[in-house]
Amino acid sequence: MASSNTEPVIIVEGLTARYGEVTILQDVSFEVYRGERFMILGGSGCGKSTLLKHMIGLIKPHAGRVVIDGVDITRADEETLHRVRSRIGVLFQADALFGSMSLAENVSLPLAEYTDLPPELIREIVRMKLGLVNLAGYDNHMPSELSGGMRKRAGLARAMALDPTFLFYDEPWAGLDPVTAAELDILIRSLNEGIGTTMVFVTQELASIFSLGQRVIMLHKDVKGIIARGTPQELRETSSDPRVNHFFNRQAD
Amino acid sequence: MPEMNHRGYRLHVEGAPGAQAAVRLEGRLALEDLKALMADLQAVPVKMKPREIAVDVAGVEYLDSAGAMALIEMENLSRSLGIPFELLGVSEKDHGLLCLIDREALQRPPLRPESERPAIVVRLGEVARRQYRDVLEIMTFVGELVAALAYCLVHPRSIRWEEVKFYMKRAGADGLPIVALISLLLGLIMAFMSSLQLKQFGANLYVANLVTIAMVRELGPIMTAILVAGRSGSAFAAEIGTMVVNDEVNALVTMGFDPIRFLAVPKVLAAMVVVPILTVYADFFAILGGLIVGITGLDLTAFTYIQQTKSSIRVFDFATSLVKAVVFAMLISGIGCQRGFQVRGGAEGVGMSTTSAVVSAIFLIIVADSAFAIMLHYVRH
Repeated sequence: MASSNTEPVIIVEGLTARYGEVTILQDVSFEVYRGERFMILGGSGCGKSTLLKHMIGLIKPHAGRVVIDGVDITRADEETLHRVRSRIGVLFQADALFGSMSLAENVSLPLAEYTDLPPELIREIVRMKLGLVNLAGYDNHMPSELSGGMRKRAGLARAMALDPTFLFYDEPWAGLDPVTAAELDILIRSLNEGIGTTMVFVTQELASIFSLGQRVIMLHKDVKGIIARGTPQELRETSSDPRVNHFFNRQAD
Repeated sequence: MPEMNHRGYRLHVEGAPGAQAAVRLEGRLALEDLKALMADLQAVPVKMKPREIAVDVAGVEYLDSAGAMALIEMENLSRSLGIPFELLGVSEKDHGLLCLIDREALQRPPLRPESERPAIVVRLGEVARRQYRDVLEIMTFVGELVAALAYCLVHPRSIRWEEVKFYMKRAGADGLPIVALISLLLGLIMAFMSSLQLKQFGANLYVANLVTIAMVRELGPIMTAILVAGRSGSAFAAEIGTMVVNDEVNALVTMGFDPIRFLAVPKVLAAMVVVPILTVYADFFAILGGLIVGITGLDLTAFTYIQQTKSSIRVFDFATSLVKAVVFAMLISGIGCQRGFQVRGGAEGVGMSTTSAVVSAIFLIIVADSAFAIMLHYVRH
């Protein structure tokens, strides 16, 4: 067990996800512990991103519940949800920076919405956050002027603007070159260890799974749920399920 | 002098000016109390002016990056005032966080200064240059479009007829209800308003002439064109613009397709077919609106009204209104596609090009209509 802390802070219980009549996930249950780097793995179309969208409350599940830090977000009212959301940061796959705003404006948006800090202090926090992701000085640049890796990091700075307790990443390494991806790994690890943020990743990037993943679950579309859990090393070395082996050894089914 | 407050943290300061200040922090040093925390911490070096400062954070239960920033800012401030600063009792985890924060980044000015409003001459120059470039781009596009249309005329099999049919339905059939409704109301209004005046002279019957001539010669083509510009010109721009943003247009080019022939020609052809038909519809419904007012409000019979309508309009007027409609259709669809291809950037670019497509189309419609008005005046006489 890589993480010594086993206090569950995110609990997913009997989650069933449906789009119309099509069931994507059936009766999925797992827990995420405080401060760990937890990964949701699986091939394309297995429902990873759908699961993530349920965990951050973008979609309500058909059945089951998602509890974040003691709050059942599937039943919470708008006000409670708003409060929980201020403690959640999400880095979307396509960075989702607002193209019409500079980096500083992007990062200061949640600060201006959720806090009553004066503008000078917000500017200072923004400078600090951009420094955290090695983008110091890029305050007035527009997202379109940056490279893919820089945009990812800027997205991370925005996701962390409020010092969230939970950070969710949707395929953070997609479209990054290996060097930039490795730099992002280092950054994520230092943020996780330095700030103690609980991190949940949705990914299929083997290199980063092994370098960052502490506990993982693997989804598969045939069972519409979890087929394996454990550390990445355990799954690679001890799993007898051919689907898991193929995934970890990058083989065709 | 211990100091308490209702926040998530507790601050105890001991010491006197000129002596050592011992600051003890407990509780949560977090974003929610940042404003007060910064003020409290910075007051120590500024107001107390001690010889040296030692901050003990052993009692801190929670430290986030905002709290860490407050500590670092206090250190920076003390150092700049020449006061030695020491942080005591830092846990391993908090140490990691404090190390993460780039001290230099807090001070460093942005690489690029915040954009200032340039002088008026510079702005005027920018606008002029942009307009010039815009005109150049439009002319280039017109050339390309005409070449593509000519090519398609010679090679009719290269036209994607399925697409043409699709856009004919979108721009034409789907637009019928709104065109019919607006024209009917326009006819009603024109007939009603003019009847108030004409009644005084016993010239009720001439309401039919007024509605017909106004509608067929001028308002029919213009109203239809403006509606199509709003419905379809904008849609063309948004569709092509989004394709540009998503690299779909580049994909077409690499597959050996001419984007203009592939994307613009079907839309332009479809518009050229349906806008005249919509115009005829608009004329018909406006005349129907006039008829309703004539029968219900002016004691005219349907027969007289229709006879009067027939006598007031010439085939020439009708034909020129159709020609106008074809020209307007080319302007609307052409400018819509051109604005779409012009899109750069992301969502904002698509929005701007959509707006610009409608505004430019309406502008061009009015300019073309003025040209027609003058030309037709000399043709008629």
